[in-house]
Amino acid sequence: MSLQLVVDPIACDAHGTCAELLPELIVLDEWGYPIVDARPVPAHLEGHARRAVAACPVLALRLRRLRGA
Amino acid sequence: MSAPPHPTVAPPDATVVPRLIPHRPDASLGAHLARLGPPPRPTRSLVEQVEAAGVRGRGGAGFPTGVKMAAVAARSRTRGPIVVANGTEGEPASAKDQTLLVHVPHLVLDGMVAAAGAVGAREAILCVDRRHRHVVDAVGRAVGERQGRWADTVAVRVAQVPSRYVAGEESALVHWLNGGEAKPTSSPPRPFERGVDGRPTLVDNVETLAHVALVARFGAEWYRAIGTPDEPGTVLLTVGGHAARGGVYEVPSGVPLAALLDNAGAPLAELAGVLVGGYFGTWLDPATAAAVAVDHSSLRAVGGSLGCGVVFALPRGHCGLAETARIARWLAGEGAQQCGPCAHGLPAMAEAMEHLSAGGPGASRAHVRLHQLFVQVEGRGACRHPDGAVRMVRSALEVFAADAAAHAAGRPCPPAPAWLPTPAPGGWR
Repeated sequence: MSLQLVVDPIACDAHGTCAELLPELIVLDEWGYPIVDARPVPAHLEGHARRAVAACPVLALRLRRLRGA
Repeated sequence: MSAPPHPTVAPPDATVVPRLIPHRPDASLGAHLARLGPPPRPTRSLVEQVEAAGVRGRGGAGFPTGVKMAAVAARSRTRGPIVVANGTEGEPASAKDQTLLVHVPHLVLDGMVAAAGAVGAREAILCVDRRHRHVVDAVGRAVGERQGRWADTVAVRVAQVPSRYVAGEESALVHWLNGGEAKPTSSPPRPFERGVDGRPTLVDNVETLAHVALVARFGAEWYRAIGTPDEPGTVLLTVGGHAARGGVYEVPSGVPLAALLDNAGAPLAELAGVLVGGYFGTWLDPATAAAVAVDHSSLRAVGGSLGCGVVFALPRGHCGLAETARIARWLAGEGAQQCGPCAHGLPAMAEAMEHLSAGGPGASRAHVRLHQLFVQVEGRGACRHPDGAVRMVRSALEVFAADAAAHAAGRPCPPAPAWLPTPAPGGWR
């Protein structure tokens, strides 16, 4: 089962914590909003991804199970 | 200022096919019944008929209507569904939904009742823009005429929606109907899962529902007799700009764009470009426009999109970049300001387009800047507003590339009057 990072763009307030914790998969645009890698999260980064999700102060970042993967 | 409803134009040639809108429209219930006969009894099997007919949504996306209806019908056992007819027509250059509602309101109401019966709904809401007073009046009159007839089947009411470009996006419409602001919401859930009052909600464009009403009467085979195999039936188009006989045209899907433009008095030889699909659409250069057919797949093949059926002719000697800059600025102001990349990116795109339009040293930097912005904006909103703006601006850079180079070299176009309409924003509630 693989996971994918998704951002709720309405909830996101550009705190930037996610990109600090997971620079491998998340970069910030010029206004500070995260651009997330939409590919399945590699197994060795799952723990970091979960920490990034938990650290978002507005709960805008989540992990979604990829169907059929 | 909103676009006036154009009367349908008498057909100078055979491209116009009056299925939805007759040549001499009469909005009364009596005339409607005399033309088409009584509406058939609502039936669940209409979902399969609509799927077999291949009706596609006419709000812009072109999604198969039968599939959407089936998704709502499948959820009807848990909670009673509801039908929302979207006649808000927030596209300033579009008049086809207003025309339909003013001239043939009963066909849309028939479609709402038929669709409600098909998905198991007992309630339907017809949404119109509250600034479109002629539409509000026409649909109010039509609903009144039906009082007491077929009253046992579906309760229909009219809702007057705030005038905003994004208010007609289906999640925004549902949010407003639920008492919120007319702004898009995060998905999931989608309206077909949980919409108005938390119920499964079928949101369909009013033209779509008018087609559904015809399928309910005459069947899938009749429906497929014209149009393309993949996109059957007719399509309502709003032809505007440099067009001697501009207006709303009902043509078979797949008609050559050049024939449509000729018919409307907008010969391609006189045009600098054609904006197809509305403000989320794409500019086409005259050579591309000359060879393309008006349907989703043909337009997609040349990098365009049919969208809501706007065909806007920009005459030669008018600057497509200046028009695009104005539309980009307007789209920036029409956003819901909820998603950062759109709230920041669209004003930045508008500014870069204004530099490009003005010419000089700013213009040569603007190109690079716009391409930086496209990748930071596209696909990053809760709705498709930022994607639509990127599509339109990107197409302008391609189609008006020679102008852009001239502007950057210090030869901007002379100022010209604005062509495309940019109405003042309304409220959110």
